[in-house]
Amino acid sequence: MSKSSQENWLPKLIDTALPVFATAAALLVGAIMLLLLKVNPVEAYKAMWDGAFGSQNALAETLVKATPLLLVGLGICISFRGDVINIGGEGQMIVGAILGTLVGLTLVDWPGWAVIPIAVVAGFIGGAIWGGIPGALKAYFNVNEILSTVMMNAIAVQLMNFLLRGPMIDPSQAALASKIPQTARLLEAFRLPRWVPTRLHLGALIAVVLAVLVYFLLWRTTWGYRIRAVGQNPDASRYAGVKVKNYIVLALVLSGAFAGLAGVMQVYGVNYRMITDGSASGFTGSAGFNGIVAALFGQLHPIGTIPASILFGALLVGANKMQRVVQVPSALITALNGLVVVFVVSSEIWRRRRQKRRMAVAVSEVEGQPPEGYPPDPDHQPEVPA
Amino acid sequence: MNFEIILHAGIATGSVLLFAAIGEILTERSGILNLGVEGMMLLGAMAGFGTSLATNSAWLGVAVAVLAGGLLSLAHGLVTIHFQADQVVSGLSLTFLGTGLALVLGEGLTGQTPPLLLDYNIPVLQSIPFLGPALFQDHGLLVYAGYLLTPFTWFYIQKTRPGMHLRAVGEKPAAADTLGVNVYGLRYLYVFVGGCLAGLSGALISLSVSPGWYSSQTTSGQGWIAIALVIFAQWNPFRAALGGYLFGMLRRLILDLQGPRLLFGLVNPLYVNSNYSFFLIMTPYILTIIALIFGSRAIAKKRAGSPSALGIPYIRGERGQ
Repeated sequence: MSKSSQENWLPKLIDTALPVFATAAALLVGAIMLLLLKVNPVEAYKAMWDGAFGSQNALAETLVKATPLLLVGLGICISFRGDVINIGGEGQMIVGAILGTLVGLTLVDWPGWAVIPIAVVAGFIGGAIWGGIPGALKAYFNVNEILSTVMMNAIAVQLMNFLLRGPMIDPSQAALASKIPQTARLLEAFRLPRWVPTRLHLGALIAVVLAVLVYFLLWRTTWGYRIRAVGQNPDASRYAGVKVKNYIVLALVLSGAFAGLAGVMQVYGVNYRMITDGSASGFTGSAGFNGIVAALFGQLHPIGTIPASILFGALLVGANKMQRVVQVPSALITALNGLVVVFVVSSEIWRRRRQKRRMAVAVSEVEGQPPEGYPPDPDHQPEVPA
Repeated sequence: MNFEIILHAGIATGSVLLFAAIGEILTERSGILNLGVEGMMLLGAMAGFGTSLATNSAWLGVAVAVLAGGLLSLAHGLVTIHFQADQVVSGLSLTFLGTGLALVLGEGLTGQTPPLLLDYNIPVLQSIPFLGPALFQDHGLLVYAGYLLTPFTWFYIQKTRPGMHLRAVGEKPAAADTLGVNVYGLRYLYVFVGGCLAGLSGALISLSVSPGWYSSQTTSGQGWIAIALVIFAQWNPFRAALGGYLFGMLRRLILDLQGPRLLFGLVNPLYVNSNYSFFLIMTPYILTIIALIFGSRAIAKKRAGSPSALGIPYIRGERGQ
């Protein structure tokens, strides 16, 4: 193995650099779109760079935006590895945030060091429930989880709209005629510590620690091994005695739980209250979707998802600045995100082809050695499940 | 709450789902799963609305919407057929791409009033008692086209030679290839047709059914419901039409439930506290999940329905196709 790994450093380097090329290609297409919108792309991208990295505050904002992407992305790593597609990050964030906020608004007499962990656990549970429902539907009723999670998003939004206008509305707003749909603000003792003067909060650090934990979960524990085994070959797993259905549910429960965490962190770290404009993205900033993009870009590896979330956090923050400077709608970034993923998944074909060629060479060199990934390579990256 | 009005409105809104679902049925029958319907619909809605505004011709708007949806879907075709990439991921990114493009290009369209598609009555048929006024009066031509598209698609898939090729490509691409059927070409074709129909259904929303451009709220998740409808319909156009119209009627019924002060002789809780209407808004999505449960059980029981090669890239000369 050592010989081949020495010889193959160039292809490996290219594999690692593929996402970078994909991003560059997407930005190039974005530049063409900007030209068509009669905007100078150099000026637009410079504004984006300044907005994302130009100052201490800009950098902090990028990390603030990256935090929910990373948390959602970690959940996506777990579920996609288990061949379960979770598009329900938006709804899971909302439900997690609702439960977490309820804790902060109810336990007002409690000290902060007790309330914050309870709220985090509540958010974890909220997301887990909202992910677990589609998980159970998939495992026991064969319901396509892509569609059910999308529907659960829409249901969560309306639940939030109802709660923030009804039972959970800020008492001071309820008295006013305007009735802005928002909860009361969290007590100062309940807020996550910030790195003043920026909005960068402890949640960012927690997310990075959790990324390492998810890595351990997936590659160093039985649960993680079984989730991945079910994802790669459910039939083989079943014959090996793995209860496949339970691990499908587990993958979605965990995936939802991490999105729920992202929701709580938004409330306790950034906004200190829940407020709705009637849509999901008004609260989540579409992190439930962009987290998927980040995780895919990070090759569904929890550690790889860290730089990926920072990249997409930077794109999102930069897009706001771009909108202010050159008046291009920041939705352009939504299109660019789509393009980045398109390019990443399209470029996979070269990796697969090279892998096949390498395999063929190895087989012809060593007659009789079993091909097809034997002995198992610990760094083996499975393809994104279909 | 008048059943005739509900039926009339349900037929109109259901047509939106019908076109998108039939397009997706054709795409999936060829073995390609395209989850980008929502993005293609939104782009179609924007393109149709914007073109109609710019050219003063609603029908030109429809044509551009069809083309926009089709072109966007070709990106999915290229990625999944040519580059053999994961269809789920590509479809999702197509949703992002379509949504982003539509929102960028649709900036400033909100509140504009372009010429819309006109409504027509069908002579003779409109005088059928009860059903006539609901089914054949005051609908756009596209709604009437939907009546014809459903049986036509069924006949095409089940009874014609190209339809047989379509099914073969989706069920056993290797076998079809051996017999000289152009697997890649046909898959491209039906991905394109599916995109065109999704674009058309988008234009149907923005130019006829609920005219206007309300950014991403224009389609409000109907693309996803259309994909769910395909599963519920077990890839059968007639079931898709039935499901689409029923769904459209439910949406209208939900709107109507908020109006009256008394419901079945009881005080209407929705009238007293308008907050409860949020539960009404979520009903279609809950119903979609319930429809999926029933549809999926039927599919599991029959062990059939879903095209066998759905979601699997065809690589010529590889085993196990």
